[in-house]
Amino acid sequence: MKKQDKILTIILIAGLFVFILSADLFFDSYIKRVLNLCAIYTILALSMNLINGFTGLFSLGHAGFMAIGAYVVGIFTVPVEMRSMVFYLKPMHPLIANIELPFFAALILGGLLAALVAFLIGAPVLRLRDDYLAIATLGFSEIIRIIITNAQSITNGSLGIKNIPPTANIWWIFGTAFVTIVFIILLISSSYGRAFKAIREDEIAAEAMGINLFNHKVLSFIIGAFFAGIGGGLYGALLGTVDPKNFLFVLTYNFLLIIVLGGMGSVSGTIISAFIVTAGQEWLRFLDEPLSIGSFDIPLFRPGFRMVVFSILLMLIVLFYRNGLMGTKELNWDMLKRIGSKFSFKRPKGGEAK
Amino acid sequence: MSNVVPILKTQGITMRFGGITAVNNLSIEVNPGEIVALIGPNGAGKTTAFNMITGVYTPTEGRIIYCGKDITGMKPDQITKNGIARTFQNIRLFKKLSVLENILIARHLRLKSDFLSATLRLPQYRMEEKQMREKVDVLINEFGLSKYQHEVASSLPYGVQRRLEIARALATEPSLLLLDEPAAGMNPKETEELTHFIRDIKERYNLTVFLIEHHMELVMEISERIYVLDFGETIAKGTANEIQNNPKVIEAYLGVEEDA
Ligand SMILES: Nc1ncnc2c1ncn2[C@@H]1O[C@H](COP(=O)(O)OP(=O)(O)OP(=O)(O)O)[C@@H](O)[C@H]1O
Ligand SMILES: [Mg+2]
Repeated sequence: MKKQDKILTIILIAGLFVFILSADLFFDSYIKRVLNLCAIYTILALSMNLINGFTGLFSLGHAGFMAIGAYVVGIFTVPVEMRSMVFYLKPMHPLIANIELPFFAALILGGLLAALVAFLIGAPVLRLRDDYLAIATLGFSEIIRIIITNAQSITNGSLGIKNIPPTANIWWIFGTAFVTIVFIILLISSSYGRAFKAIREDEIAAEAMGINLFNHKVLSFIIGAFFAGIGGGLYGALLGTVDPKNFLFVLTYNFLLIIVLGGMGSVSGTIISAFIVTAGQEWLRFLDEPLSIGSFDIPLFRPGFRMVVFSILLMLIVLFYRNGLMGTKELNWDMLKRIGSKFSFKRPKGGEAK
Repeated sequence: MSNVVPILKTQGITMRFGGITAVNNLSIEVNPGEIVALIGPNGAGKTTAFNMITGVYTPTEGRIIYCGKDITGMKPDQITKNGIARTFQNIRLFKKLSVLENILIARHLRLKSDFLSATLRLPQYRMEEKQMREKVDVLINEFGLSKYQHEVASSLPYGVQRRLEIARALATEPSLLLLDEPAAGMNPKETEELTHFIRDIKERYNLTVFLIEHHMELVMEISERIYVLDFGETIAKGTANEIQNNPKVIEAYLGVEEDA
């Protein structure tokens, strides 16, 4: 990196720090919550992009990995004395009923468990190609949800786990997002990241270059699942409650929308798009409310309409703008400087061409 | 001659796809330091033979011995690690990646650091990455690719793409290089240059070369020995002279004259 760019990067990070500080102090809880959601979705979409965009695996199991992380945080951070209240239908299994973990430990454990599950299902599933892989991972994610719904003495079944301590404040969440972003950038710019991209570009050529396809696919899948578990843990702690219905397929679909919009294979595109889509979905909530002008009810406005709008958006991107915002490119300072100079008022000497 | 241990030896390899026998009972020997050619009309089974040697297909019958080791049924990546590298008939570069990345990828197989040390840029990885880049730099310069190194592979002129594919194969540090129609789509002058180029890299990198080619001038000039396939059968083998005068070969080629 050039020296000037290094300084700019430091300024940017300091600026973000100040922004979070002031957000923490001055913003109301609704806006803070939306910002937190944006950061959590950044973690989730980025980890999905590692699998789908950088390694070229069509996996749709992200909600499942996320659920694992969220439930581990839920199960192990609810204070022991509150558990009989939360698990009122069926008491918690005695083996875990008295184990309470600090938030950070539960978060990491959730990530590790998601990674372990990814390792176990990766072995059979990652031998499949494209559409078969998508179907298998989708099925896996539903299975996780069904197991959670039925393992009542561990997960409280369909009642969900309530009273998760709200440890995940803006600092936790943005801090974790920051670490995730840095980790993934460093990973994909390493030799392993290049191997992932080689697999995405051409499996036969990658294999002929000595890259073990299966090992590298499993590696990418596991790392992606780990961060999905972490994102899920933060999500559970942010909401204060987890419930099997939080982890329906539509969630994975959301992440897919984010990475397609941002650019499959672009970290900066994913971050920008995670914020736009998440904040946009909050802002467009009114689409789900009945709306009337005078006494006339506008017919489309009802629960679910918001999702229709986003689905159409996804279709339009795929049809007309397949590379999304960034394609596989990254935002860098040179690009920003170029954009900046376009918008500045300095006119080139010699005047405009008429 | 008879006491030389061949670097590559196939023992009656056969490849059947359903009802089609693409290659039947092929036995070849390639000795260290040789340039050997595999020729034959379109659809003769040449690429299929390469695909068996490099592990893309496992032969239906027969064994493949490389440096005295049975490599039949090994995966392509293991075979490359053992020292056989190849190029493809229809160039298979990592199209959206830069020239530099294309070649760096071919050095990944020699990396010892695990993914965590790589991601965290621990000292051992940093050292490895540095050496990796130095070696790739040398290749890029020797192959005259320096002015293209940051361009994406798909944007390069055709001839340069072919050269890049050879450079990438060499980055894996092979002892045996398989070239599948390296002169495809080249004019006589480019073919002539390629002939020298292949000889040159063979000497410089201490290689054994096994190549498929349709350009006869190149084949006849460069190869010490030639195998001829037709409909999966080995119809002839020998020196350039022997092959040129072999009636079976002439017949096989005349039969498909209009395709050439
Ligand atoms: N994967 C496959 N499945 C079925 N048939 C195949 C397969 N690969 C090759 N073949 C068949 O095997 C035969 C030999 O093909 P191959 O590609 O080896 O020929 P070739 O000698 O390389 O020809 P060319 O000079 O045109 O490249 C052809 O009839 C081809 O259709
Ligand atoms: Mg061929």
